[in-house]
Amino acid sequence: MNNEQLTLLQRIIKGKWIGKGFLALLALAVIWWVGGKALQSPPLFFQQIINGIQLGFVYALIALGYTMVYGIVRLINFAHGDVFMFGAFVSFFSVSQFQLHLWPIKALPSLPPALGIVIGTLSVILLSMVSCAILAMTIERIAYKPLRDAPRISALITAIGVSFFLEYFGALPFVFTPNFITYKRPFDIVTWYIQGGIHRLEAGAEAPPGSVIFSNVLIIIIVVSILLLVGLNYIVRQTKIGKAMRATAYDKPTSRLMGINVDGVISTTFAIGASLAGAAGVLYATAYPQVVFWMGIIPGLKAFVAAVLGGIGSIPGAFVGALIMGQAEVLSAGYISTPMRDAVAFTILILVLLIRPTGIFGEPEREKA
Amino acid sequence: MSKRFLFIISILIVLSLTLGACAQPKPQTLKVAILAPLSGAVPTFGVSTRDGALLAIKEWNAKGGVLGKQIEAIVEDSQCEADPAVNAANKVINQDGVKFIIGEVCSKASIPVSEIAEEKGVVQISPTSTNPNVTLKADGSTKQYVFRACFIDPFQGLVGASFAINELGAKTAFIILDQGNDYVRGLAENFEQAFTQKGGQIVGKETYTSQDTDFSAILAKVAEAKPDVVYLPDYYNIVNLVTAQAKEKGITAPFLGGDGWDSAELDRAAAEGGYYTNHYSDQDTRAIVQQWVKNYQAEYGSVPDALATLAYDAANLLLAAIQNAGTDDPAKVKDAMANIKWEAVSGTITFDQYHNPIKSAVILQVKDGQIQYVTTVAP
Repeated sequence: MNNEQLTLLQRIIKGKWIGKGFLALLALAVIWWVGGKALQSPPLFFQQIINGIQLGFVYALIALGYTMVYGIVRLINFAHGDVFMFGAFVSFFSVSQFQLHLWPIKALPSLPPALGIVIGTLSVILLSMVSCAILAMTIERIAYKPLRDAPRISALITAIGVSFFLEYFGALPFVFTPNFITYKRPFDIVTWYIQGGIHRLEAGAEAPPGSVIFSNVLIIIIVVSILLLVGLNYIVRQTKIGKAMRATAYDKPTSRLMGINVDGVISTTFAIGASLAGAAGVLYATAYPQVVFWMGIIPGLKAFVAAVLGGIGSIPGAFVGALIMGQAEVLSAGYISTPMRDAVAFTILILVLLIRPTGIFGEPEREKA
Repeated sequence: MSKRFLFIISILIVLSLTLGACAQPKPQTLKVAILAPLSGAVPTFGVSTRDGALLAIKEWNAKGGVLGKQIEAIVEDSQCEADPAVNAANKVINQDGVKFIIGEVCSKASIPVSEIAEEKGVVQISPTSTNPNVTLKADGSTKQYVFRACFIDPFQGLVGASFAINELGAKTAFIILDQGNDYVRGLAENFEQAFTQKGGQIVGKETYTSQDTDFSAILAKVAEAKPDVVYLPDYYNIVNLVTAQAKEKGITAPFLGGDGWDSAELDRAAAEGGYYTNHYSDQDTRAIVQQWVKNYQAEYGSVPDALATLAYDAANLLLAAIQNAGTDDPAKVKDAMANIKWEAVSGTITFDQYHNPIKSAVILQVKDGQIQYVTTVAP
C-alpha cells in the first residue's frame, strides 16, 4: 500500500508528460506575469533587464569554473566562490596599494588617457586571473589530488573545508581583515541614458524621467565576459589541451591509456576555471564596490545554482543558466521584493532538480562500466 | 635542599606582603566599575568608552572627588558579549564591592548586566546601548537601577523626519531598510510614522537583506519614484554600497541615515551630499563641547568620537547623581539620577519615565569629502 503510493508519487514527479506540462505551464505563467509588468512601465522594465544582464554575466564567469571542474573530476568545488573573493582582493590591492591600473599612463605618457585606462584595467583583471589560477592549482595539488581515488563525498567535504579555510584565513587581521573595505575602481564611472538616442549623463545630474540608464561598468562587464567566453570556447574546441580536457571529461582511464597527462589536464582545468572566477571577482567588485572576506559565498552559491540549472558539466549551459539566474533575481527583487530574490533563486534549483535533474543542456549521466 | 629553602623564603615574602597590605590604612575611595569591550568584535568602541569615562573621573578627582572621596575606577573587559559581561559584573559587585557600573557598550551585553544590577541594587548607566530592553523589564516596567546616556533608536527616526521636512523641505520620501535588523527597522518605522504625521508622503518602501550587494533593482524603483529624500538608516557598509550604486543610477535625492553612518570607513565620495543624525559633533560650537574636545585631545591626542563622548557624559551623570544624593547609597542615587538635569556634552539631559535621556540630536552632512556639522535638533 505504502509502496504503491510512493511509486505513484514518484511517477507523478518523474513522469515525463506531467513534468513537461508543468514546466510549460510554469513558463507560460512567468511570461504572462513578466509581460504584464513590462507593459506597466517599459522603461523601468528595461532598466531591470539591464541590471539583470550585469549580474548574469558575472554569475556566468563563476558558473563556468564550477561546471568545468565538475565536468572533469565530478567534484563540486565549493572553494570556487572563495577563489572569486581572492580575485577581488588581489585587484583591490593592485589598484589601491600599487596603482597597477596607472602603469600605462606612467610608462607611456603619449598614450591617449582613455586607452591607458582601458589597458590598465585589463592588466588589473589579468593579474587577478593569474593569481587565482595559481591559487586554484595549489589547492588542487594539496587538497584534491591526494583524494583523486577516494569516494566522491570525501573530496566534496574537503572542498567545503578549503572554502572555510580561505574565508577565515582571509579574515585574519594581517591578511584581508574581517572588515568591509571600500573598493576603489580602476576607472571613473561614466553614465549614459537612453531616451531617443544615447546621451551622456553628467555627474550629479538627474536622469530625465522615463529614461534607461547604463554605465561603463555594464559595458566592461559585458565586453570582458564575452572576450573570456570566446577565448574559453577557443581553448576547449580548437586547441590540443581542450581536446585533452574533453577526452578526460568523457573517460578518464581511457584517456590516460591514450597517453594524455590526466593530472596536468585536471590542473589546467582548475586554473582556467579559477582565472574566470578571478576576472568575475574584479568585475563584481567594480560593479558593487566593496570587498569583504565572505563576499564569495553568496555569488558562489548563486553561480552554482546557475550551473545546475544550465546542466552541470555543460559550458553553454552554465552561461545560459547564469543569464536566467541574473534576470530571475533582479526581476523578483524588482517586482516582488528583495528578500524574495534568494527564495526565487533556490526555488529554481529545486524545480530543476525535481523536473529535469540534468538541467537545460545536461545529458543524462552515462552508466560507467 | 636549596629548593626547600627557596620555598620557605617565598612563603615569607608572600606573607610579609599580605600582612603589610593589611597593616596599611585603607584610603576612603568611591569605586566605580567601567565595563567596556576592550577585546572582541568592537575593541575600538571599548577603548573610546574607557578613555571617555576615565577622563570624567580624572576631572572629578582633580576637583576633590565626590562626597569628599576620591573616585577609583575599576576597568573590566566585557567583550561586547553576554557571558564575559556577566562575569565582569559579578566580579566587580561581589569581589570589589562596587555599587556603580558604567557600561556596557553593546545592548546584548548590557541587558544581562542590567538584570544583575537591578537584582543586586547596583546603579548602572550604559553610555551607548540603544535597545529599549536595557532599561525595561520583560513586563514593560522600568528597571529602577538602570539608565542610559544615549537616546534610543526611535528618536533618531523622529529627528530625521523633522529635519527632512523642516530643513530640506521634503514632501516625499523613499525608505530602504533591512527588515532583519532591529536597529534599522526601529529607525525606519519611526521615520515613516513621523514623516507622514508631519504631512509628508512615503512614495516607496523597499527591503533588502544584510548580505545583499546588488541594489540595482531597488534603486531603479527609487529613480522612477523620484523622492525628495531617501531614508537609509543602516550601517556604513550597506550605505557605501547603496550610495555608490545610486550615483551611477543618476539619483540626486539626498540620502538620510542614522548614527550607523558614523564611521571612519564611510565612503565619503559615494555618500557625498547625504545627511545623518548623530549623538554629538566635535564641530558643535557650544562651549562645553569645545572644552571637552580640547581636554580629550590634550589627554589622548585625538578627537573624541561619539562613544568617548557618551561615556564621558555617562560618568558625569553618575557622579553628579551621587553628589546630588549626598550619599553613596545606590537606592538614593538612583532617585537622584531619575530627577537629574545635567548639561552634558551631548546635550542637556533629563530622564523620562523609562530612564531614557531626553536630549537633542545633531545632524551631520557629508560634504566635499568631509563630515560637517549642520544643526542641532531638539526633540
